[in-house]
Amino acid sequence: MIEVTGLTKRFGPKAAVDDLSFSVKKGEVLGFLGPNGAGKSTTMRMVTGFLPVTAGEISICDISMINNPQEAKRKIGYLPESAPLYNDMSVQGFLKFCASMRGLTGSARREAVAKSIETCFLESVYRQSVGTLSKGYRHRTCLAQSLLHDPEVLVLDEPTDGLDPNQKLEVRKLIKNLGKEKAILFSTHILEEVTAACTRAVIVDQGIIVADGTPKELEAQGGGSLYDLFHKVTTFETPAA
Amino acid sequence: MNMLTIFKRELTSYFTQPTAYAIVIVFGFLSSLLAFTLGQFWNVADASLNGSFFVYHPLLLMILVPAVSMRQWADEHYTGTIELLGTYPIKLRSAIIGKFLASAVVWALALALTFPMILTVNYLGDPDPWTIFSGYLGSFLVCLTFLAITTLVSSFTRDQVVALIVSVAICCLLTMIGWEPVINEVRRTGPETKEAVELMTRVGIFSHFFDATLGRISYASLIYLGGIISVCLLGTNLALKSQRA
Ligand SMILES: Nc1ncnc2c1ncn2[C@@H]1O[C@H](COP(=O)(O)OP(=O)(O)O)[C@@H](O)[C@H]1O
Ligand SMILES: [Mg+2]
Repeated sequence: MIEVTGLTKRFGPKAAVDDLSFSVKKGEVLGFLGPNGAGKSTTMRMVTGFLPVTAGEISICDISMINNPQEAKRKIGYLPESAPLYNDMSVQGFLKFCASMRGLTGSARREAVAKSIETCFLESVYRQSVGTLSKGYRHRTCLAQSLLHDPEVLVLDEPTDGLDPNQKLEVRKLIKNLGKEKAILFSTHILEEVTAACTRAVIVDQGIIVADGTPKELEAQGGGSLYDLFHKVTTFETPAA
Repeated sequence: MNMLTIFKRELTSYFTQPTAYAIVIVFGFLSSLLAFTLGQFWNVADASLNGSFFVYHPLLLMILVPAVSMRQWADEHYTGTIELLGTYPIKLRSAIIGKFLASAVVWALALALTFPMILTVNYLGDPDPWTIFSGYLGSFLVCLTFLAITTLVSSFTRDQVVALIVSVAICCLLTMIGWEPVINEVRRTGPETKEAVELMTRVGIFSHFFDATLGRISYASLIYLGGIISVCLLGTNLALKSQRA
């Protein structure tokens, strides 16, 4: 469902993403692992059509993101890294706005908003102003936004970042569940998440894929420990992100 | 469709925050204050309101319009919500126009709520409604022009204060360059500045504004102001797109 070939992004002379190729099929959760500054967010911004690519091809459900971005974007739900929200709106108001932007109206919109509020456990805050939410709720509100149109493809940039351990657990479970029906690409630098939620993972370093496999295979490559593998294949000091 | 959604969101946000109320009150207060003091409203018994009330609008608007709209795109960069807009299946231009129109409505309201001035004039004399309408039209055109400039400037930065300072500077320049005291000062330096004066009058906003308030707005003025507005909005589109490259 996500098909990426030869993806490259240069900022000036520096390649943030360098000739990356991977694919995510329906029912797969691909973990995108890597140290800070590895190019995870840049890759996701290109896959979701926010950043133009320097080179390469991206296809979402067989629709090219480069030639037909409008259609391709319809298929994707996206949680950006910083979980951006409009702070002057209520949770419900924000989700309603996002649903309208996705072309939902009337009862379809009402149901979509109610469903994503339920899925992301936002019942206790849905009337609250977004600006007053705690970090965990902000993240989940933005996650809810990505689920509104029940997309076939989900791109989640560090979805558990800044959550407390209980919330992390919930979100991992949620990702795993959603992954049964969708193609999910999610980035993290927390290694436990790979075993907890992914069907497959790639490790990216300085814009290049340096390891690829199921969590079990990766552990085997690292001699039984994902940590050792991660340490071995990634550079310690990446340029400031 | 998306344009309407964004328009509604923006308009609501002006009213759920203090912005719209502040602007209506401050503009109403300052514009009447100027009319009664500098404009000598009582003494001249200016029933058209042109010489005492509308004439000061550009001077207020060159500061107030950027203040209201500085966050239009700067905030979108700062909070990162531009990443949401940029990944939804919408055209960027519908977001730009939606936001622009929402601010325009707030200004239309701020202008409309100066109606006590009109009531006062009606009480004092017998004004021509058409002249007063022209006055408002002129002010609104100036609003739209400054608004478009602020939109463009705010698309370049994530810092609202920078957006404010730069757009106030541009709007000030555009206003001052054609302001009578400034023009007179330049004219005084000698006859050889005749062409410069001519140019300043044309480029400055006041000559176009006065034409409009006097109900004789020319095609040239409409093209000039409309041109500034279109160029700024198109520029916003380009700026927002190229920043991602
Ligand atoms: N807009 C940009 N301009 C210049 N360099 C950028 C920009 N965005 C990201 N980078 C650089 O690209 C590299 C990858 O960044 P990023 O994709 O955010 O990494 P990650 O998400 O894996 O931490 C970093 O070195 C970062 O400094
Ligand atoms: Mg990142």
